[in-house]
Amino acid sequence: MSAPHEPFAGFDRAPSGAGPDRAPDSGAGVRTWARDLALGARFAAGGGREGWTRTVLTAVGVGLGVALLLLAAAVPPMMTVRDHKRVARDAMSSGYVAKPTDSTLLSAEADTTYHDKDITGILLQPDGPNAATPPGVTKLPAPGHMVVSPALHRLLDGSPLLRQRIPYTIDGAIGRAGLMGPAELYFYAGSDRLTARDAEYRNGNADRITGFGHRSNSAVMGPTFDLLLVIMLVVLLLPVGVFIATAVRLGGERRDRRLAALRLVGADNRMTRRIAAGEALFGSVLGLLVGGGLFFAGRQLASHVTIRGISAYPADMTPATTLAVLIVLAVPLTAVAVTMLSLRGTAIEPLGVVRQGVGRGRRVWWRLVIPVVGLVLLLPQFGHVHGDSNLNVYQTATGAVLMLIGVTAVLPWVVEQVVGRLRGGPVAWQLATRRLQLSSNAAARMVSGVTVAVAGAIALQMLFTAVDGDFVHETGGDPSRAQVMVDAPVANGAQARDFNQRIAATRGVRQAYGYVNADATQPDADRVRDGDFAYLPVVVGDCPTLRQMAQVSACSPGSVFIVPPADGMGDPGSARSYLRPGSRLDLNGPPQSAYVGTPRLWTIPRTARTAAPRTDPTGSLSWGLFATPQALDTSLLSSPTANSMVVLDPRQPEAVEYVRNTTAKLGIGVDVFTVHSTTQQNSYTQLRRGLFAGAALTMALIGASLLVMMLEQLRDRKKLLAVLVAFGTRRSALAWSVLWQTAIPVVLGLVLACAGGLGLGAALLAMTSRPFHPDWSGMAAMSAIGAAVVLGVTLLSMPPLWRLMRADGLRTE
Amino acid sequence: MRGGYTWRVYTACSVGGMSIGHTLLGLLESGPRHGYDLKRAFDERFGHDRPLAYGQVYSTMARLLKNGLVEVEGIEPGGGPERKRYAITDAGITDVEAWLAQPERPEPYLQTTLYTKVVLALLTGRSAADLLDTQRAEHLRLMRELTRRKSSDDLADQLICDHALFHLEADLRWLELTAARLDQLAAAVTR
Amino acid sequence: MTTEPLLQATDVRKSYGRTAALDGADLTVRAGEVVAVMGPSGSGKSTLLHCLAGIVRADSGELRYRGQDLTAMSDGRRSALRRSDFGFVFQFGQLVPELTCLENVAIPLRLAGERRRAAEAKAAAWLERLEVADVAGQRPGEVSGGQGQRVAVARALVAGPRVIFADEPTGALDSLNGERVMRLLTDAAHDTGAAVVLVTHEARVAAYSDREIVVRDGKSRDTERVS
Ligand SMILES: Nc1ncnc2c1ncn2[C@@H]1O[C@H](COP(=O)(O)OP(=O)(O)OP(=O)(O)O)[C@@H](O)[C@H]1O
Ligand SMILES: [Mg+2]
Repeated sequence: MSAPHEPFAGFDRAPSGAGPDRAPDSGAGVRTWARDLALGARFAAGGGREGWTRTVLTAVGVGLGVALLLLAAAVPPMMTVRDHKRVARDAMSSGYVAKPTDSTLLSAEADTTYHDKDITGILLQPDGPNAATPPGVTKLPAPGHMVVSPALHRLLDGSPLLRQRIPYTIDGAIGRAGLMGPAELYFYAGSDRLTARDAEYRNGNADRITGFGHRSNSAVMGPTFDLLLVIMLVVLLLPVGVFIATAVRLGGERRDRRLAALRLVGADNRMTRRIAAGEALFGSVLGLLVGGGLFFAGRQLASHVTIRGISAYPADMTPATTLAVLIVLAVPLTAVAVTMLSLRGTAIEPLGVVRQGVGRGRRVWWRLVIPVVGLVLLLPQFGHVHGDSNLNVYQTATGAVLMLIGVTAVLPWVVEQVVGRLRGGPVAWQLATRRLQLSSNAAARMVSGVTVAVAGAIALQMLFTAVDGDFVHETGGDPSRAQVMVDAPVANGAQARDFNQRIAATRGVRQAYGYVNADATQPDADRVRDGDFAYLPVVVGDCPTLRQMAQVSACSPGSVFIVPPADGMGDPGSARSYLRPGSRLDLNGPPQSAYVGTPRLWTIPRTARTAAPRTDPTGSLSWGLFATPQALDTSLLSSPTANSMVVLDPRQPEAVEYVRNTTAKLGIGVDVFTVHSTTQQNSYTQLRRGLFAGAALTMALIGASLLVMMLEQLRDRKKLLAVLVAFGTRRSALAWSVLWQTAIPVVLGLVLACAGGLGLGAALLAMTSRPFHPDWSGMAAMSAIGAAVVLGVTLLSMPPLWRLMRADGLRTE
Repeated sequence: MRGGYTWRVYTACSVGGMSIGHTLLGLLESGPRHGYDLKRAFDERFGHDRPLAYGQVYSTMARLLKNGLVEVEGIEPGGGPERKRYAITDAGITDVEAWLAQPERPEPYLQTTLYTKVVLALLTGRSAADLLDTQRAEHLRLMRELTRRKSSDDLADQLICDHALFHLEADLRWLELTAARLDQLAAAVTR
Repeated sequence: MTTEPLLQATDVRKSYGRTAALDGADLTVRAGEVVAVMGPSGSGKSTLLHCLAGIVRADSGELRYRGQDLTAMSDGRRSALRRSDFGFVFQFGQLVPELTCLENVAIPLRLAGERRRAAEAKAAAWLERLEVADVAGQRPGEVSGGQGQRVAVARALVAGPRVIFADEPTGALDSLNGERVMRLLTDAAHDTGAAVVLVTHEARVAAYSDREIVVRDGKSRDTERVS
């Protein structure tokens, strides 16, 4: 029979036998590739609502990840921009400027705090017409006028109390160049009451500056800080990576079936691989677009969001070009690589999918190798992260990444081992366990993101708790004794008295322990040549105040006490020789270089008693001569400072604001601070804030990914669900089975995460030479958050489940 | 023989022409028997509710004798009027074999003949499966022919062919069923 | 007339674990003939078909397609063979649900390197011929079983195969649709000169064949009675 066959591409001539795998058109080059990739894209784009839904889910998943990556990539440039901006507006000269010129100006700080919001204020007074303007300001405000940041403008409009404190007429707004973010509270006010300090930093209230932006600064935090930063980035970004990898594998089972159908009509292994790659590429490229869109939209949105006092302009959040290019290239490549990897374990045969390893069981050894290698990478750094040694950032990051990835690598094995042993139980449980046994891989994949995130968070939490002491300092302050401390430079004792009285009279102040302090020196100071003057502090306050600062038993107006310096404070020698009952002091304070003025001698009464110092409410210990105003006339003191330790009325919530308002009226250079028992290093605080913000984002992302995967799984099993319902299976049983199906791997994942997190945490602690100390409550909290995310996702997937279980699910190909 | 069937032939041949001669011959294969025994054996296995008439046994045996397919081994005196013991000859064995191997014309209501053949094959240690296979092939051959005829445009003809096809298919199913249960059947008949 | 066998299987054996699915099967297919493979369920019919088509590698025995040893062929070459020389019609599930019917039919051509436009034109012609041109733009999930099977037949035939392997092609269809599919399949195969290996347990479907072989317990004998 002569058939109308076309010749088959050299098939007849090809030698038979198991030669090298050379399909007639393999290696046919670009066109074949293009065709297969396009076919893959066609699968991703086509396929009706079902197919589109899957592709959209993938794209959204990848997009979320990409957006987060872009955000992370935007952080370094953003930091740089912020740093530049901060330096550019820095009102600090490189040295002391003695002479005014027509381009210099005087500047003084007028920072304040309002309801926990820090407001930066700068008072400016030009020396001449050519004075420089700070960035973002075109014209210096006239005295009594100011330019403000838009956020401060809004705040002032809504808070009359604050407006009283910053009463200047608003001339205009500070431009973006002068602000780090849209939420920054900042003002420049013109003043005519500024006087330059002298070379010894005395007798004035302002600095003379030649312009803005002279100081370059960046706080060096040391290797422990770097370690924290590196681990934080790893912990936050790794789940994103895992998430992207999971997203591109969405619909993997359906894809395998589809590829099998293609194998039947003659696609060889390479073609199927190329087609799968095309599919993954399409999804990930779409994801890139979505991610870009999300990022730009989110960036716009971010200008309205202030995360713990940090805000940024959209334009400042531009990802570093190299990082952006890297993301754009790496995401599709990762997608393809992940797809190839996922195809590696499965032989797509024309009759369906044969999973190699089914029945053979997973091998655990190579999975364990990963975390071990990670640990080995971290080992050489054990005990070496301290002081100012350099952290090997790459090695540390790689080690941490490997340890965390190790957790996800071991997870499928653990899930398989455990799930394989589950049996029996009610119908819902049986459905769930059987399903898990069939596809424990998918289940493990689903929770791997949560596992990595929780493991990383546990490790990080351990590290944070351990190094807290490095960055958080006990101030010794006792907020129960006094809540606010005011320091005001005053001209003389009379003014000091006046200030303290005005503070005590402020609304909401229950009691103010006001005192004046100044420095005295030895009686023969005017005759000392070598310039080594004794430094003898003098405190003048009433008896209740003195009791806050020294262990005074009997005190009455006219009492004088000698308080010797505690260990390591002051100069015990001069204190011993000059602070004695009956001896004389020169109240014309200790000069810096040469004696100026005339001596003001004062004799310590013979009745003066010695008293031990007492930690004052702010946490400091004072020493010197403590006198009541009846014993020492404060008008004799030179360069006195008025101080007030203020006890507020707890029933008056705005009390602290009233105090700040009062002090603002006292003049320039008055410091007000609230008493806290601890203080934190600023950048450490920012790191912690960043961690919280990042962790929130990551958890949200993981929740989203779980939801997406859950929906995908339900969709995959639409028909089965419909059949089960048709059989009369109760919907609640199906709902329970869905819950079990997530809960079992999640519990396993969390257990593993705790183990992995403890391991990594222990390694990190060893690196910083700290004792192993598991943070149980932190672990419980992290696990609880992880579990809550999963539970929430399960609940969210219930409505779609209900919908899918309607009988129309029966009709699907 | 091929191609000789038309639907008319098919529908006309409704009476099962079971070959009693071949059946009796087959029963003799296991050993010589008296005519009376033959009748009893026949009735027991294939008679169902219609026993074989004596006369038919003797006339059939006479014919077989005449054709040389059986021989009289000996006449025992006493007892009944005719106490001949028949034994099968080599020619008789060949004849049984040929009969068994010869597929029946595919017709409705074949079961009696086919059943007999199957049981005889089992009784005589021949392959009942082969027998059934041959029959299947024959049935399919006819079905194929009818199917081919169906592609003509004559609707009436098509319907008639379909009718025949469905009947033949029913037969085929029975053949398959029987084939699947041959072991059981063998155990039952040789008990 | 006797022709060189197109496809010849001799003493093919295939086991799945301890199950011997094929235990010495013989089969010869000549160009242009329709061979029905029958036998009880589980007897190994599908396995035999899969071995013949090079989808499943036989454990032992000889499988020759036009004189070439299928068992020794690499996967790539067997795939190429499936593209160019073989067509498949199964009971269900062989269509790609994501593609439209037209695209499904065009796939073998496109895999063989043909351009989309040309491939789809040919595909459309085959759909026309199989009386399912109206579902060209629909997806497999949206057409009836019979329509889907006819699309599958079109796909099996589009690349001009020498052998079409059909495994219960009418298994999910009622008798009228089944007959229709069988008629279209055998007619088209006859016209193009393609041989058909037809696995079925339905006599009326098998009646579309030229001859039949029976598989029992993984064994088959091909008596090859040529008419
Ligand atoms: N992938 C497989 N894995 C394990 N055993 C298999 C597999 N495929 C077939 N078998 C076994 O091989 C034997 C023959 O199967 P096959 O599918 O060839 O039968 P069949 O004749 O096509 O049956 P049916 O008419 O029911 O389709 C059966 O016992 C079956 O259980
Ligand atoms: Mg089968």
